[in-house]
Amino acid sequence: MSLLELDDVKVHFPVKKGLIFDRTVGHVYAVDGVSLSVEEGQTYGLVGESGCGKTTLGRSVLRLVDITDGSVNFDGTDLAKLPAEEMRTFRRRLQMVFQDPLGSLNPRQNIESILSEGMAAHGIGGTREERREKIRDILAKVGLPANALARYPHEFSGGQRQRIGIARALVLEPDVIICDEPVSALDVSIQAQVINLLEELQESLGLTYLVIAHDLAVVRHISDVIGVMYLGSLVEEAPSDALYAEPRHPYTKALMSAVPVPDPEVEDRRERILLTGDLPSPANPPAGCRFHTRCPWAQDTLCATERPALKDVGGGHKVACHFAAEIAAGTVERTAASVVPATREEMADRVVETPAE
Amino acid sequence: MPLLSVDELSITFTGRGRRDVRAVDGVSFDVDQGQVVGLVGESGCGKSVTSLALMGLLPKKGVKLGGRAEYDGKDLLTLSSNAMRDMRGKHLAMIFQDPLSSLNPVIPVGLQVTEILERHRGMKGAAARKEAADLLDRVGIPDPTRRLKEYPHQLSGGMRQRALIAMAVACAPRMLIADEPTTALDVTIQAQILELLKELVDQQGTALLMITHDLGVVAGLCDQVNVLYAGKAVESAGRRELFAQPTHPYAHGLLGSIPRLDAPRGEPLRPIRGSINDRIDWADGCAFAPRCDHYTLECLSGTPQLTEPVGAGHGVRCVNPVLTGVEVKTLGVPAEQAVDAAAATAPAEPAEPKIPAQAGPEADGKAETDEGDAAPEAEPEAEKKKDAS
Repeated sequence: MSLLELDDVKVHFPVKKGLIFDRTVGHVYAVDGVSLSVEEGQTYGLVGESGCGKTTLGRSVLRLVDITDGSVNFDGTDLAKLPAEEMRTFRRRLQMVFQDPLGSLNPRQNIESILSEGMAAHGIGGTREERREKIRDILAKVGLPANALARYPHEFSGGQRQRIGIARALVLEPDVIICDEPVSALDVSIQAQVINLLEELQESLGLTYLVIAHDLAVVRHISDVIGVMYLGSLVEEAPSDALYAEPRHPYTKALMSAVPVPDPEVEDRRERILLTGDLPSPANPPAGCRFHTRCPWAQDTLCATERPALKDVGGGHKVACHFAAEIAAGTVERTAASVVPATREEMADRVVETPAE
Repeated sequence: MPLLSVDELSITFTGRGRRDVRAVDGVSFDVDQGQVVGLVGESGCGKSVTSLALMGLLPKKGVKLGGRAEYDGKDLLTLSSNAMRDMRGKHLAMIFQDPLSSLNPVIPVGLQVTEILERHRGMKGAAARKEAADLLDRVGIPDPTRRLKEYPHQLSGGMRQRALIAMAVACAPRMLIADEPTTALDVTIQAQILELLKELVDQQGTALLMITHDLGVVAGLCDQVNVLYAGKAVESAGRRELFAQPTHPYAHGLLGSIPRLDAPRGEPLRPIRGSINDRIDWADGCAFAPRCDHYTLECLSGTPQLTEPVGAGHGVRCVNPVLTGVEVKTLGVPAEQAVDAAAATAPAEPAEPKIPAQAGPEADGKAETDEGDAAPEAEPEAEKKKDAS
């Protein structure tokens, strides 16, 4: 059995109107029926564009947002139904690393105070001396100098602040760490340092990660299993290599083809699938397949009427698309306007046409 | 003659009772019609300040400008603010990073576009509105007449960036400066915007100065690339040359530290150690030396000059460039020890076995293809290190 299992989790935020009577006029379907499982010692990567609900899903595991429906099974306990006080004790085992390293550290607390607060709350390491000993130990693990204890967050660089954020999660000896965009606020040369640190820590401490990020290359680098989210639900889930080798869902294909690769040789040969338009509003998601409004392979039947379920197509590769098999076999045609020539030279030959949205 | 020729541009911020901060320290590059030139670097390397200086958007007080930026025979740095205002729009236009904070939130988008048309093209009323709608349509905003009446917050991020591009190209400028135009956007929207910029360059011959931190974007779009570090260009080359053989240790390190979608999984990243704060003054030596794996004492003897160790047109500002066959493996060792270790092993270091020259780089950028001239380079390289100790 998996360490962390999400079953049909839904998080709907009510949209309210009116001054006195808070009438609920609708819902934002931020997360709408997500099931996934994270194995112990592994990394599960969640990717998707902004507004797809990946952060909300991560926060719902820790119950930082209220779960509307569904269950979150952690080590045999359903967190979704725990009373708030018991949930607090479980948070020691489930920790979070946030995106903005400066915004998530209290500027008026020094590092010792930031790191020992959680330990005091959970009654770890009796005396102050013991706690300090432990903090020194963790600081060394995340690669910060021991003299950091008495300093304040503003005295550190962005990469070091993110290390403090990771140390804050680690002092409680968690089983699972949820990393919400752990490197997106950092410069590229610093990103690599933090990614390597996360990998080293996982190896030495046997941690389980749920990594949430928009950068497909980062997620592919650190994850064992990747889930791709679109508008509140998973559209594809597969082992990292399988997903990269053969993306099956049209959205995953488009997402992957949009990621620029730092190599001109690859860039010039790469076929790009250009999606038109923007993400529809999660308050009013399209009927049927959520992606059919932008899908280059959308068909007249099924797509607009029936919502596809996540189906296993072999080898742990799951896809939520009615026509996944047909697309893979090449029996359904793609709409012509969606493919873009790879090179600038080819571009110049192309007739002018404004993309239809 | 190039359209824009920047020569030894330097920008210094001064303040009473404070140390001067030299944000840009002698940057030179040319931009031609129909050419895309990239300025790449991490935060704090001076790339955005460069663009602001070219547009004349830096405050007059507290900023000292040096060098020249010649556009069509005129030095942009010395133009009066009135003359500069006439340059903007028709000649130079800029696309900013954050479309929400670059648009006025209390004025409808349409009014912001027509304002430019009225100021620079003398259009009025209905004609200006029609032209504005045409512009929005051209950058791919659906239903433009309705969108013109809307406020910036009613548009999505991608659409705002399109509106900003529409404003920038409203007067068909000959030169466009794009400062991180896609950083705030999702990848699928980024792809749309990059296509739009490519079309502008190829179909209208616009010169584009692209400022970005994303090497992936550079690889797909730029013709000529300048890698900046701490206010100086450390490597400057055509995109193919740069990516095939990144020669400055910083450029080399940057490419090694990016997770790539097409790289095999499980391969560890090779980050550059330290952060931008670990730097020394360019006057004293190489600013990158404290983070560099190829560091020797020679790096501390004055500013390194731009040389061309791997071919014409491929400038590198380094005394110990990364050349194939001379692999100094001192990752993670403190700089002082690294010098000793390098000196100790250098005499015995054999040239690496040659890899036959191939078209295209290795997939992960780890091993460059041997250019054949690397072997003769290896010897003086080893001697240099010996002398340094």
